[in-house]
Amino acid sequence: MDRKPEKSEPADKAKLYWRENLKLVCWLLAVWFAVSFGAGILFVDVLNKVQLGGVPLGFWFAQQGSILVFVALIFVYVGRMRAIEKRFGVSDE
Amino acid sequence: MDTQTLTYIFVGFSFALYIGIAIWSRAGSTAEFYVAGGDVHPIANGMATAADWMSAASFISMAGIIAFSGYDASVYLMGWTGGYVLLALLLAPYLRKFGQFTVPDFIGERYYSKTARVVAVICLIIISFTYIAGQMRGVGVVFSRFLELPIEWGVVVGMGIVFFYAVLGGMKGITYTQVAQYCVLIFAYLVPAIFISILITGNPVPQLGLGSDVVSGDVSVLARLDGALVDLGFTAFTEGSKSKLDMFAITLALMVGTAGLPHVIVRFFTVPKVSDARRSAGYALVFIALLYTTAPAVGAFARLNFIHSVDEQSYAEAPGWVKTWEGIGLIAWMDKNDDGVIQYGAGAPFEGRADYTGETGSSGERLLANAPSDAANEIVVDRDIMVLANPEIAGLPPWVVALVAAGGVAAALSTAAGLLLVISASISHDLLKKTFRPQISERAELLAARGSAAAAIVVAGYLGINPPGFVAQVVALAFGLAASSLFPAIFMGIFFKAMNREGAIAGMVAGIVFTLSYIIYFKSPWFGAVNNADHWLFGVSPEGIGAVGMVVNFAVAALVARFTAKTPPGVRDMVDAIRIPTSVTAS
Repeated sequence: MDRKPEKSEPADKAKLYWRENLKLVCWLLAVWFAVSFGAGILFVDVLNKVQLGGVPLGFWFAQQGSILVFVALIFVYVGRMRAIEKRFGVSDE
Repeated sequence: MDTQTLTYIFVGFSFALYIGIAIWSRAGSTAEFYVAGGDVHPIANGMATAADWMSAASFISMAGIIAFSGYDASVYLMGWTGGYVLLALLLAPYLRKFGQFTVPDFIGERYYSKTARVVAVICLIIISFTYIAGQMRGVGVVFSRFLELPIEWGVVVGMGIVFFYAVLGGMKGITYTQVAQYCVLIFAYLVPAIFISILITGNPVPQLGLGSDVVSGDVSVLARLDGALVDLGFTAFTEGSKSKLDMFAITLALMVGTAGLPHVIVRFFTVPKVSDARRSAGYALVFIALLYTTAPAVGAFARLNFIHSVDEQSYAEAPGWVKTWEGIGLIAWMDKNDDGVIQYGAGAPFEGRADYTGETGSSGERLLANAPSDAANEIVVDRDIMVLANPEIAGLPPWVVALVAAGGVAAALSTAAGLLLVISASISHDLLKKTFRPQISERAELLAARGSAAAAIVVAGYLGINPPGFVAQVVALAFGLAASSLFPAIFMGIFFKAMNREGAIAGMVAGIVFTLSYIIYFKSPWFGAVNNADHWLFGVSPEGIGAVGMVVNFAVAALVARFTAKTPPGVRDMVDAIRIPTSVTAS
């Protein structure tokens, strides 16, 4: 498969790095889906039975909560990726 | 000073600022014209992205939509922010690593095909022009209301300003102008929101004001609003009337569309490094969230204020803003029971759009020729005026009104400029340099870029003055077009090495043709189609059909790629290279 054997080690590293990245992305997208499509749309009626400081919880997720979680998700990604890239020696910083 | 003089001063001052920045940061090379030289700080780029992104629709229309449709409007709040998560996680870092000038650049190189590049250019132009006509219209509305210019002149003035700094400064000029425009628009949005939040709840943070108790009692704003609306025969504010499936589809189409909009993607070509692209998407969303988390509060407050100041008020004693907006045709009142008092409630007050007879009635209102409906409601109000009229409704001082006008213009101009730039870059760079005239010199390419920006402004202005009937409603549909064409092509280009030229082209064409046909079928007057849930495919509205179009794109692409030639090895290596921020061998 590998035409150039001397390159196989960095290529493996790149593959591992990519797998770590995909795993992280999948986790974060699961949260992304859960707060918006889950809490804000599919389960909004159930969550609306709970009040959060004067706002029904499902409605809050749909109009404010999901946005706050989105911001957090991107910064978690930035931070985790920085660590992963350092570990695999592919950081550009 | 009166509101109009103040508005002239505020808007005039902001224009002087934009022009000053444009002169200071004009572009000298194609790299500066297309991607601002690639050395914009991530925070500055985040602000510029936020201004680029938040258009007249976000600034002027969104809170109005929330005010009048409550929970249903959540699709815009989630859809227009959730897309940044997709952008940061799935596209921005890799496109930055790829590091060229335009979105069709990536599609053309990754799919080793001039045809793919040209298809991407066509998708980009359809998306961007749908979007830009609405921006020019937004500028026109603000000018006509606050500066008492005809809408046409408003559009022409707006065109002149954008022409100046987009043509001169290119991406570099636009970026730094957008930073200034972000500051103007966020200040203009937050100041009245904070004032109104204090007036209604005593809480100076509008985001929290939404859940606080009203000053005049121990019941929360939302509970008070729900109660008032149900009494008037509306659905409660916190409950929706859209089907779950349609909510789902619209939110998905808006999210994916956001990530696929070329003028947003191209902003991530302007930062120095891959890690900066990720961080910059985060900052952009912070700056956007500042406005987007305020909007639900603004919408709820506006609706509450509107009910209090209009329902069961005598028209003769109604506040001045009712008559001003009636004067330009965005409010209409029909005194159906001849009591001189405005009754507000659910249902349209009369059949069709307001058709003023030109005469005035016994209370001094503009008479309407429309046939009255059975509903008790007597007043109809254009949703787009809520943000603009909000300071007047709440009785805030004239300088706040002037500030909001300047903010609305900033929002519309910044987005229009960003769109014009991607249109001009796709013509001069993708069509001329990379497809039809590869021998063209850098100077000539820069001239062509400026020329096509100028031409695009003229077309956009024409569309703003003469919107082809249904364009105003179609603006939100640009997202569906982006979701069904560009996003899947870019996404598969990064994550699926097996996706080949034939698959990507077939997918883009199938996605955009499907989505565009569905939208035109239901939204244009040509087919006489009935635009409601009983007639929609799977009950998905034209606003949400982009989500289905995206699935069509993926499915067609996967099928075609299975039965056609494999991706060449050189392209597989390129995909490997864009997946890592640095070269692995260098470590």
